[in-house]
Amino acid sequence: MLMRLILYRLLQAIPTLLGVATLVFLMLHLVPGDPVDALLGEMALPADREALRHALHLDAPLWTQYLQFMAGLVSGDWGQSLIDQRPVLSLIAERLPATVRLAGASLLLAVLLAFPLGFWAARHAGKRQDMTAMGFSLLGVSIPNFWLGPMLMLLFSVLLGWLPVSGMDQPGSIILPAITLGTALAAVLSRMARSSWLEAMSSDAIRTARAMGVGDTMLWWRHAGRMAAIPVLTMFALQLGAVLGGAVITETVFDWPGLGLLTIEAIQQRNYPLVQGCVLLIASFYVLANLTADVLAMMLDPRQRRA
Amino acid sequence: MSQMFKRPAVKLAVLCLLLPLLVLLAALLHGADGHAVDLDAVLAGLSLAHPLGCDALGRDVLARLAEGLTLSLGVGLVVVGIGAFLGIGIGITAGWFGGRVDSLLMRLADIVLSFPGILLAIALAAMLGPGVDKLVLALVAVGWVGFARLSRAQVLSLKATPFVDAAVACGSGTVYIGIRHLLPNIAAPLLVEASFGLAAVIIGEAGLSFLGIGVQPPDASLGTMIREGTSLMLVSPLLVVWPGVVLFMLVMAVNLLGDALRDRLDVRGDVRGAGNA
Repeated sequence: MLMRLILYRLLQAIPTLLGVATLVFLMLHLVPGDPVDALLGEMALPADREALRHALHLDAPLWTQYLQFMAGLVSGDWGQSLIDQRPVLSLIAERLPATVRLAGASLLLAVLLAFPLGFWAARHAGKRQDMTAMGFSLLGVSIPNFWLGPMLMLLFSVLLGWLPVSGMDQPGSIILPAITLGTALAAVLSRMARSSWLEAMSSDAIRTARAMGVGDTMLWWRHAGRMAAIPVLTMFALQLGAVLGGAVITETVFDWPGLGLLTIEAIQQRNYPLVQGCVLLIASFYVLANLTADVLAMMLDPRQRRA
Repeated sequence: MSQMFKRPAVKLAVLCLLLPLLVLLAALLHGADGHAVDLDAVLAGLSLAHPLGCDALGRDVLARLAEGLTLSLGVGLVVVGIGAFLGIGIGITAGWFGGRVDSLLMRLADIVLSFPGILLAIALAAMLGPGVDKLVLALVAVGWVGFARLSRAQVLSLKATPFVDAAVACGSGTVYIGIRHLLPNIAAPLLVEASFGLAAVIIGEAGLSFLGIGVQPPDASLGTMIREGTSLMLVSPLLVVWPGVVLFMLVMAVNLLGDALRDRLDVRGDVRGAGNA
């Protein structure tokens, strides 16, 4: 039963991924006028123009282009970089590990912060502690990464000189980017943890357990904790995808050589196939993260299997 | 409404709005031109002539802050306005007619939601090219979805109510029912969505401009000011502080108002918070 549901959900992701790929394909055709003109300028030689047009498959009818694009995606040919003619996929593969490291560090940080903060706020719901914790959370949601990053840099690298300003080579260089990227995640997760803990504590099951004499600590951690963990874990899985979107800005701030910085470099160089490849990869991750969240919820909470 | 101002969230929001308002007012009174290059005043400190100093081209920071702030608010309101108009229209249509129209429109929404919001806006704006109009287009393309899904869900549950049946039985036209009966009943959650959407769009505009794919020089945006300030951090750290503080206060105020509205109107459900930019 559960396996069938999960399989069904997996199959549902296929049309979504197809839609994502289609949108990414159509993006190239958003470039106003002719992408070839945009890339080479009006003064380019006709032969160069034709060569580029061919390299981008723009000389074929739209349908053929689309089928070529999709066939390429499946067979692992994601096109070539316009700058150095290298395959898009190998450029992405070079940058991916740095992004995975950064995303991993910020997610870890977010979880370590969010659970205690959420618990503390729920435990003292409505009191000053709750206000403080949720105030921090609101701060974390409202502060944009592209300002938090420079501010941390200003404080810890420029004024105090404790940590490297940017790049990835020195020890400790991951700390500031991870805090920058992790803050918003921690804020969202701790809010979620607080509200689901409170919801769990007001459930009939907890009231029954309390009536049966279960101690307070046991009640909060063992009983309510397990109930509260489900929505938080689901939210966490969703954040797995969102963090890659946030990485685009954070990596740009700190010159962190990952996928996000690659995307921005590609945009600045008008390297359209590379832009398409990066966007497609990040969006696919995002779709898979959403899928994981759904499957996780189904596995942890039998009630979700009905929908 | 008077009760609303007693809430701590609203008080805090008003407090947060003070700084952006002060900047606007001060710039208005001061009247400097944010585009006037003065090479004698490059990176000048705080003075009477330039209350917040000058940037790398000797332009008045206060005047540029006010310009950026106006732009943030302008883009925010325009994007949320157009996004809400399109989204609510699409959502009500999908919910009311159901069937093939519904599944087509909702697949479209699903595809947009398959991208992290900021990434799709970045990609679209990058392809469309620089400029405020393109920026607005890219943000609307991402922003309509929330309104569409929310209004569709609400309409689906309203469709089964007796007063809607009565309206249909009276022979009211579809558009009339949509505007006269459905819209007022789904306005509360949409208002909450709009306030969180405004915060997300303001961050989105600044973020895209920070990346260099939104507002172009010499025009000022809080995002471009943060980027310019970051590169001059060693020389003149205040240049990156000002635009960020103003942006942060503005977003915080909008988020707080959204929270207060949600509590006041007792809206629950999947209204998103600000984007993860």
